[in-house]
Amino acid sequence: MAEIVLRDVEKFFGENYVIRKLNLTIQNKEFVVLLGPSGCGKTTTLRAIAGLEEIDRGDILIDGKAVQNLPAGDRDIAFVFQLFALYPHLTAYENIAFPLRATGESRSQIDGQVRAVAKAIQIEHLLSRRPSQLSGGDMQRIAIGRALVRRPKAMLMDEPIGALDAKLREEMRTELKRLHLENDSTTVYVTHDQVEAMSLADRIAIMNEGVLQQVGSPTEVYRHPANLFVAQFIGSPVMNVTKASVQTSGAVASVVVGEGDGSFGFPSELPQKMAAASHGQGDFMLGIRPEGVLVSRQQAPGYVPVEAHIIEPLGAYDIVDLKVGRQFIRARTASGYVGKPGETVYARLDESQTHFFHPATGESLNISFGGA
Amino acid sequence: MATAVMNRLDPRSRAAARGWSDLTIRNVFIIPTIVFLIVFNIFPLIYSLGYSFTDFSAASNEPVQFVGLQNYRDLLTDENIWSNFVITAKYVIVSVAGQMLVGFGLALLLNRSFAFKGLVTTLLLLPMMMSAAVVGLFWRLLYSPSWGPINYIFGLGDFAWLSDPDTALYAVAITDIWMWAPFVMLLSLAGLSAVPKHLYEAAAIDRAGSWYTFTRITLPLVSPLLMIALIFRTMEAFKTFDIAYIMSTQPTTELISIRLYKQAFQQWDTGKSCALAYIVLIMVLAITNMYVKYLNRAKER
Ligand SMILES: Nc1ncnc2c1ncn2[C@@H]1O[C@H](COP(=O)(O)OP(=O)(O)OP(=O)(O)O)[C@@H](O)[C@H]1O
Ligand SMILES: [Mg+2]
Repeated sequence: MAEIVLRDVEKFFGENYVIRKLNLTIQNKEFVVLLGPSGCGKTTTLRAIAGLEEIDRGDILIDGKAVQNLPAGDRDIAFVFQLFALYPHLTAYENIAFPLRATGESRSQIDGQVRAVAKAIQIEHLLSRRPSQLSGGDMQRIAIGRALVRRPKAMLMDEPIGALDAKLREEMRTELKRLHLENDSTTVYVTHDQVEAMSLADRIAIMNEGVLQQVGSPTEVYRHPANLFVAQFIGSPVMNVTKASVQTSGAVASVVVGEGDGSFGFPSELPQKMAAASHGQGDFMLGIRPEGVLVSRQQAPGYVPVEAHIIEPLGAYDIVDLKVGRQFIRARTASGYVGKPGETVYARLDESQTHFFHPATGESLNISFGGA
Repeated sequence: MATAVMNRLDPRSRAAARGWSDLTIRNVFIIPTIVFLIVFNIFPLIYSLGYSFTDFSAASNEPVQFVGLQNYRDLLTDENIWSNFVITAKYVIVSVAGQMLVGFGLALLLNRSFAFKGLVTTLLLLPMMMSAAVVGLFWRLLYSPSWGPINYIFGLGDFAWLSDPDTALYAVAITDIWMWAPFVMLLSLAGLSAVPKHLYEAAAIDRAGSWYTFTRITLPLVSPLLMIALIFRTMEAFKTFDIAYIMSTQPTTELISIRLYKQAFQQWDTGKSCALAYIVLIMVLAITNMYVKYLNRAKER
């Protein structure tokens, strides 16, 4: 088992600057998920760690040893490919045995290890089949078995369940979690599915356009996104983000959203906090998740009237688009709470769930109120 | 399914305007081919089977007599024929093995990117596109004892490749290898480039060395195409006539097809030649059948 350190890693594909000064430490036995939109360089990063892609600058250390110039085979790392990459002419058994046979282990030892792994991933009945006779889920199990069998220092997985259907994905997610707990292997896992990332990761590393945006536990990145990108990438439905400014009249502070489209009351410390964040009175970007928008059917203190515009019933809860001037803010309500579109309801922003971002850089201003 | 396709003639098409049905069109395309096949392949095949049981000679007017299996009996007990078969077998083994090795080797060398790859590949394919008669004459010059470049390059003095009974057959086989290795190369290249790159990456991750990767991944995945190349080349080598006939007159290069030619058109022993042709046909069929079995097994994966 191992610790992996990426230090100022840079990678170009010709003119294309794909990994930009990446610094990331993956602790021993940790499950780190690399999360980001398509084309942001996740796969490239993972392949660089594995030794399938050379890096242009920086260091990759495994257990303190620089490995960036070692070939893949000498790094003692297993890789699970998105499209399985099983050897089509070999049976499931032979596929799992391949890494052991390649290094010339004894026949009886190989047999024992292959069967033990097959048992752990529950594919004992499939061992004599070829990949072409297996379903996608089974193929991926075999690919994982092939990675597990040699007890590598670390496991790298590139969207291992991305090609499976939703139900199977959920099943495999649980299974991967179980395997990780049983094997205690250092794991780097790539995905662009934030639900997968949240449910699997000890820590999530969010990337965009080759730049690492934030690293933190699932709750951390959800509750304290470091910038607008992370805020909008994590969470579903997406966080509401709108331009806003502060208004004070006497001891009362309020936040005006959009170009004066609506104004919500806020605790009176807001101006001080803004000043402390050295942001003064200027505009900022306000972010609030739908569950932070509180909706009431009755007039209540602090609530302002808004019009319900669209209602999306999602079973467990509804997502309601509220019309605030020319702006739309999505709120999450109990199922069926708002009767029909066009109705007037009352809304308030829960200050403990609001996020403030710099309008130009998108960085968080690190302002928070109580609670979170 | 066939009828479904047949019904797709567009009613607004010109063919429909002429009153042709799709059936007519099908017949227009297929009947000439069938007639051609029957006249030039099936009919001679059956006719010659008949002749093989007679003492017919195309050069004489004597009445034809049915001799039963006599021709076959004579041929199969004729030691000369057996020596022709042995020569043919030697030739097939040497030349096909050489073509497979050289062709596959070249394909391995070409299966990477380098400058002028397309040009080099095309140049390497040229021998295959030449006429065998030209190749034969050309290599006779190369082998020439007195001023041929081969003896000059290898410093062999006036060694007579083609008139030495021990080397003549191999000299012909080398020419055949030169001519047909590109064919094997072409098929191997297709096979090699069809091996997905991620399998090599998986093997690298699995710590397989280059030899292990080659024998456990490359070879098995290319083998169906190699097998096809092997079938084609064996069949062709078995039937070789032209370059051997042109290059050497040694009895040690008398391949079975040369023997057949002499028997049919020099001795005018037509009936017996038909019988010999049938024996050759059955042998070729038997050998290819074996290969095809292997091929199917390789393809099952
Ligand atoms: N072999 C390559 N040659 C040139 N450019 C490449 C190569 N591989 C990737 N790229 C480029 O590098 C960038 C990052 O690619 P990468 O595959 O790492 O993205 P990703 O985050 O894994 O995306 P996805 O979620 O779609 O898999 C992309 O712009 C891609 O076009
Ligand atoms: Mg990818």
